[in-house]
Amino acid sequence: MGHTLAEKIIAAHVVGENGQATPRPVRAGELVEVSADVVLANDITAPISLREFERLGVERVFDPDKVVLVADHFAPNKDIKSAEQCAQMRRFARAQGLTHHYDVGQMGIEHALLPEQGLVAPGDLVVGADSHTCTYGALGAFATGMGSTDIAVAMATGVVWLRVPETIRVVYHGELGPWVGGKDLILYTIGQIGVSGALYKALEFAGPTISTLPMAGRLTMSNMAIEAGGKAGLVDFDGVTAAYVDGRVRRPFQPYQADEDAAYAQVIEIDAAQIEPQVAFPHLPENARPASQAAHVKIDQSVIGSCTNGRLEDLRVAAEILRGRKVHPDVRCIIIPGTQQIYLEALREGLIEAFIEAGAAVSTPTCGPCLGGHMGVLAAGERAVSTTNRNFRGRMGHPDSEVYLAGPAVAAASALIGRIAEPKEVLQ
Amino acid sequence: MKLTGQVWKYGDNVDTDAIIPARYLNMSLPEELAPHCMEDIDASFAALVQAGDIVIGGENFGCGSSREHAPLALKGAGVACVVAKSFARIFYRSAINTALPILECSQAVQETEKGDTLTVDLQAGLITNARTGRSYQTAPLPEFVMKIVQAGGLVPYTRERLQAR
Repeated sequence: MGHTLAEKIIAAHVVGENGQATPRPVRAGELVEVSADVVLANDITAPISLREFERLGVERVFDPDKVVLVADHFAPNKDIKSAEQCAQMRRFARAQGLTHHYDVGQMGIEHALLPEQGLVAPGDLVVGADSHTCTYGALGAFATGMGSTDIAVAMATGVVWLRVPETIRVVYHGELGPWVGGKDLILYTIGQIGVSGALYKALEFAGPTISTLPMAGRLTMSNMAIEAGGKAGLVDFDGVTAAYVDGRVRRPFQPYQADEDAAYAQVIEIDAAQIEPQVAFPHLPENARPASQAAHVKIDQSVIGSCTNGRLEDLRVAAEILRGRKVHPDVRCIIIPGTQQIYLEALREGLIEAFIEAGAAVSTPTCGPCLGGHMGVLAAGERAVSTTNRNFRGRMGHPDSEVYLAGPAVAAASALIGRIAEPKEVLQ
Repeated sequence: MKLTGQVWKYGDNVDTDAIIPARYLNMSLPEELAPHCMEDIDASFAALVQAGDIVIGGENFGCGSSREHAPLALKGAGVACVVAKSFARIFYRSAINTALPILECSQAVQETEKGDTLTVDLQAGLITNARTGRSYQTAPLPEFVMKIVQAGGLVPYTRERLQAR
């Protein structure tokens, strides 16, 4: 019997009692210890990690090339306490001589930044103190989010314990309709299986539709594996992956594909051709419905950005819809490129000009409003449509506000019309 | 490890934004977070919770963000144990790692009300409701996981292992 992608990558990273590499085949359900290729934290999760690291009594991180710290959540510093958290992280990075500490001016939203910078390679095992660490599954890496203490121990030893997950394979068929992208596919999928549909399991995204989906769309899908309770959201290494990492990843790597005869907990077939642009209603990401069913929803804010949809491809989609038109007078449209490189490229392509001329606000990279931190928090009674990944009660601000999740096309169209809308309503 | 406490009951999908809203993530000490625990879903919790109380929840407790601030806020508030129908996996790990005892038992949650007194025997996987007199047997925590909790969390557990090498 063959192996799933999760089993293969974990197998290659198994270590023994003393942390020495002892790769061997594994099966779902086993408890193993594995070595991490990348250990990640950000400005709101690192403070606890650094405190616990100190309690461990270990002086140096296991490998200063493999511990990555990014100031993205409450940075540029949101307030004094956040400034102190970023400062603490900065001091640690300097004292430890970390190769990859990203501060304001170089930083981007971590899960947009790391793939762009080639810090994660196919076949890697990545752990991060952020639930959306699963994003790197799109690169064919086993990447999973954990708490700050798990990450503190990983920083010290380079090792974590894991239960090898069962896998649900989701196979997508058919050509995507107009304005339908990775966000719509994943919202639809979470709508089908629910917010705990993949609890304790890995997801594999496969099928002809995925084969032709650009890396940006795959990253969006893998990013939201956690919203179905998934431990990881994996995509087989293929030509798209190879092209993406070429010139970015500067170290040797071992790519993997799932075996044809791997054992899956479940195989789900999805007809992607009949999926319309989706919107997830408050207050769960599983409340996905066609955007056409949300046409009565007036909005106060539209957010285009985040680790889910802050990439250049997402901004291009938004610009195609916003260019030459005006954001509705009752809507605050906030656009946040995910990294400095994306921001610069968008500038060079004239996207930023199009956004500003349309009456949208454009921000330096930050997680900002996604978690109700800054740069677009909602007041009581306000509603936002957002390309972010969560819409729990109070996620973007006041507990009496609402967040509707969508892709960049719907977010842009909605910003123009003042209510949730599809691009076709704007482009006639 | 036997714990007895008064129950606070919540539903399905209690996410970590509900347990501790993001606006408080510029802090990280349990005592700083505790006053804001459950603030957006139960304004009475932080003020009225007593040390030793037990929180019970439905499916997928602790879903959403990985913030370890969630189990820390609960611990800081004095919560001795969380019993849920099921736990989201990051929260499950972080609760163990921060030595917040947890147990999964659907029936116990289903038949227990806010204000009841529960006794939880972690090693045996036994839960007893003092009001109804009913007892529930559930799978205890796996041995390896129990070791981490008994050591006082992942850091003390790891320190012991590193010193033994």
